[in-house]
Amino acid sequence: MRVGVLALQGDFEAHAAALRRACASADVVEVRQVAHLEGLAGLVIPGGESTTMLKLMEYYGLFEPLREFGSRRPVFGTCAGAILLASEVLNPAQASLGLVDLTVERNAYGRQLDSRVVRIAGHELGGEPELEAVFIRAPIIRHIGEGCQVLAQYGGDPVLVEAGSHLVATFHPELSSDPRVHSLFLSKVTV
Amino acid sequence: MRYLDEAFRVKVGLAEMLKGGVIMDVTDARQAEIAEKAGACAVMALERVPADIRKEGGVARMSAIRVMREIMRTVSIPVMAKVRIGHFAEAQVLEALEVDYIDESEVLTPADEEFHIDKRAFKVPFVCGCRNLGEALRRIAEGAAMIRTKGEAGSGNIVEAVRHMRTIVREMKQLTVLGPEELVAESKKLGAPLELVEYVHQNGKLPVPNFSAGGIATPADAALARFLGAEAVFVGSGIFKSSDPETRAKAIVKANTNYTDPKAVLEASEELGEAMPGLDVAKLPESELMQTRGW
Repeated sequence: MRVGVLALQGDFEAHAAALRRACASADVVEVRQVAHLEGLAGLVIPGGESTTMLKLMEYYGLFEPLREFGSRRPVFGTCAGAILLASEVLNPAQASLGLVDLTVERNAYGRQLDSRVVRIAGHELGGEPELEAVFIRAPIIRHIGEGCQVLAQYGGDPVLVEAGSHLVATFHPELSSDPRVHSLFLSKVTV
Repeated sequence: MRYLDEAFRVKVGLAEMLKGGVIMDVTDARQAEIAEKAGACAVMALERVPADIRKEGGVARMSAIRVMREIMRTVSIPVMAKVRIGHFAEAQVLEALEVDYIDESEVLTPADEEFHIDKRAFKVPFVCGCRNLGEALRRIAEGAAMIRTKGEAGSGNIVEAVRHMRTIVREMKQLTVLGPEELVAESKKLGAPLELVEYVHQNGKLPVPNFSAGGIATPADAALARFLGAEAVFVGSGIFKSSDPETRAKAIVKANTNYTDPKAVLEASEELGEAMPGLDVAKLPESELMQTRGW
């Protein structure tokens, strides 16, 4: 099973390592150009700066190919990745792939001083009752469309959302040692 | 390890998000906007770019608050700002301002010629410069959550950035092949805490991201820094001292992402005009070097 990590900018290496922790046999490749999407069973859009990634998608003609890829294969976005997958982006408004029916507000907790590590209880992942969530200048999901299922919440807001074969997290499971979120994504990729 | 607690992970977390990107020096909101539009992953606010500090002389300090506030209002990407080495009161002001990262930087005039800031006392993360592994580990011990090799700021000459990146990468590789009985002596030699020496011995890399700075002026310079081990690049005078800041900023961002593909670097370099004028670092008097500031 070959899974891609969008490596335009951001913590793509942390995602590659997390995918390998979740499944030792996963064949993980970095995607920087359109040709790299070929033969992939799924794609992760990492954390980083969403404006930077949008620019680089424009420079390398990746915007439409990524939308097309997401229309037929599972995509998992964390933080900036969640912003890029959403159907609407606020603060400020910007383009997005629109693969998941969500409204996302950028930097909604504040600046870096408001970044934090929290423990979430009562999530839908199964296993250990607590899930560590690392939030870095994180967005908040302000609205979810039909067909979206909330798997975890923090402060009353959805932070892990499943939408068909796609998965969206506003935190960074790739920065924690717990492999459950990446395992869930890989289970969608293998279907 | 006591250095790597949860508060530290949050600081390193933002550095992780900046990987693979270009951080650009800006002196006002207009430049910050150009940087963001070109695809910079963060901007670094400073009073004057290093090339001007070098030319004009005088004491270089933290930026004016009014200018930093305007930059923070203008862009949605992280805003970093420089403080003088050892000037913890300037750093407290920047933390109160809520900048996203502080660079305790040799580019500004040092405020303390013995001690750096106790960076663990702050909630805002810090980046510091280094020329070698010992210097990097001392800064991490003080609480730096990101390291950048210093190069020679404002020179437009990549030679020092190359020297410093090659040095630290070589020193890290050498540590991995030492026996455990050699580590205490190595810690003494490097002037760095044993725990951090052991970390590098086991992992072959720093416990924080390692970026490159000081002399990057072209897309190929950025590619070279990345090939040598930089996880992201800082570009200072290189953009706003060139004849074509907007085009050059885009070109460096573009090349930096696909640095392993020479055709992409070629394409990014195609439309460029004049790069900033460079300096022969070997001809600079010792007193004019910025890289030797820091202890």
